[in-house]
Amino acid sequence: MQGAFSEHVRALEAVGARTRLVRTIDDLDSLDGLVLPGGESTTMAMLMERAGMLDSVREAIRGGLATLATCAGMILLARDITDGMPGQHGLGLLDISVRRNGYGRQVDSFEAPLHIDGLNGKTFPGVFIRAPLVERAGDVHVMANYDGHPVAVRHGRIVALGFHPELSGDLRLHREFVRLANTDAHQ
Amino acid sequence: MAERNGSSNGNEGVKGSFKVKAGLAQMLKGGVIMDVVTPEHARIAQEAGACAVMALERVPADIRKEGGVARMADPELIKSIMAAVTIPVMAKCRIGHFVEAQILEALGIDYIDESEVLTPADEENHIDKHPFKVPFVCGCRDLGEATRRIAEGAAMIRTKGEAGTGNVVEAVRHARAVNAGIRKLKGMNHAELVHEAKLIGAPVEVLVECQKLGRLPVVNFAAGGIATPADAALMMQLGVDGVFVGSGIFKAEDPLKRAKAIVAATTYFDKPEVLAEVSAHLGKAMHGLEIPAIPKDELLAARGW
Repeated sequence: MQGAFSEHVRALEAVGARTRLVRTIDDLDSLDGLVLPGGESTTMAMLMERAGMLDSVREAIRGGLATLATCAGMILLARDITDGMPGQHGLGLLDISVRRNGYGRQVDSFEAPLHIDGLNGKTFPGVFIRAPLVERAGDVHVMANYDGHPVAVRHGRIVALGFHPELSGDLRLHREFVRLANTDAHQ
Repeated sequence: MAERNGSSNGNEGVKGSFKVKAGLAQMLKGGVIMDVVTPEHARIAQEAGACAVMALERVPADIRKEGGVARMADPELIKSIMAAVTIPVMAKCRIGHFVEAQILEALGIDYIDESEVLTPADEENHIDKHPFKVPFVCGCRDLGEATRRIAEGAAMIRTKGEAGTGNVVEAVRHARAVNAGIRKLKGMNHAELVHEAKLIGAPVEVLVECQKLGRLPVVNFAAGGIATPADAALMMQLGVDGVFVGSGIFKAEDPLKRAKAIVAATTYFDKPEVLAEVSAHLGKAMHGLEIPAIPKDELLAARGW
């Protein structure tokens, strides 16, 4: 709808996936995986609501659609959002509480190496841009922490990241996601 | 891009690198950035679906009408707009006025527009934008100008268009000029690229990157004269990543409705049936100006070099 979708497209195609931009309900048809990219979470939620897509996206994810959410996408999935726009609606599918811009404004945006559970080898370059701060992680598996707070979590077929792998040049997380999307939801 | 700056926050993290500066612009893509002069305007813009707002004292149409020296907005006004919304807030400084930029950075603004809409403070030099942690967006009329700004550290580019006119013709001219400039690089060998760089006043290394990517290496928005949903979609179909709307919204009869329509038109820019729907019943657009009716020395796009 709005945000850094083309960077995700490039990363996913580089690891061999075929992609489609989702802007209407029909675009959701027969997907193996869905990416909720970074962008402005208020803008993205509003556009999804106006297109009547919030419910269908929620149902699809609940029904086992593999989902990769980055930054604003993580905010969209979170059960509780603090410091959002009054009345900001999300999908409420992930048992975490996030604070919007919890690391500060743009001048506080940063890069940091991350140790991510399940990724072998070297650290992952974390690119954090006006990132959400995860203040509480409930029924989720925490894959990585930074500075004492979770920055990558997983629940079932949902992977949510506070940073931007699509800007990092490191394709490992996209490769893992494609592998997840290719496994049957009901295995 | 060379990463010449960035500082450690003491916990392995590095702030203000070019990657995070250009990265915020990536997050704005497919969105609309709206000029606002009050916190109330900012809230309307956010409600309409703007992905960011530009905090100003006067919109370009009023700057044009009232004349006089146009400067950075009052920090108090900027702070009140920052407090009113959760989306990123941008503000303008004069071309070459690096102290206005330092002040905006100290306020914690999310993006600085080094803008020809304000009265230039330096007629030769733009700001050296690399040492700043806050990212900059700059205007351009063609590929040479765009690449010079990127070499100075701009993390985002926009067309200049002709601000405050409600007339999209100059924005179209500038977007097409950038596209044509990039198309021309296709198939050139390095020696030819160096020659082309000389002709258009472009830094060779940025031009090399444009050739490799087939586009500017940073996000490129349209600005200057966009007043209708169709204008926004036109610019998107010409290949820009998003749009700035200045006077076009709050100088129109029904700002919220028009703002929402322009947001929808930017998302569904290639779906004429959606554009037809959102373009209806918007009330009067801003009146607008024919470019030849503007005295040559009052053209804003000619400022900056």
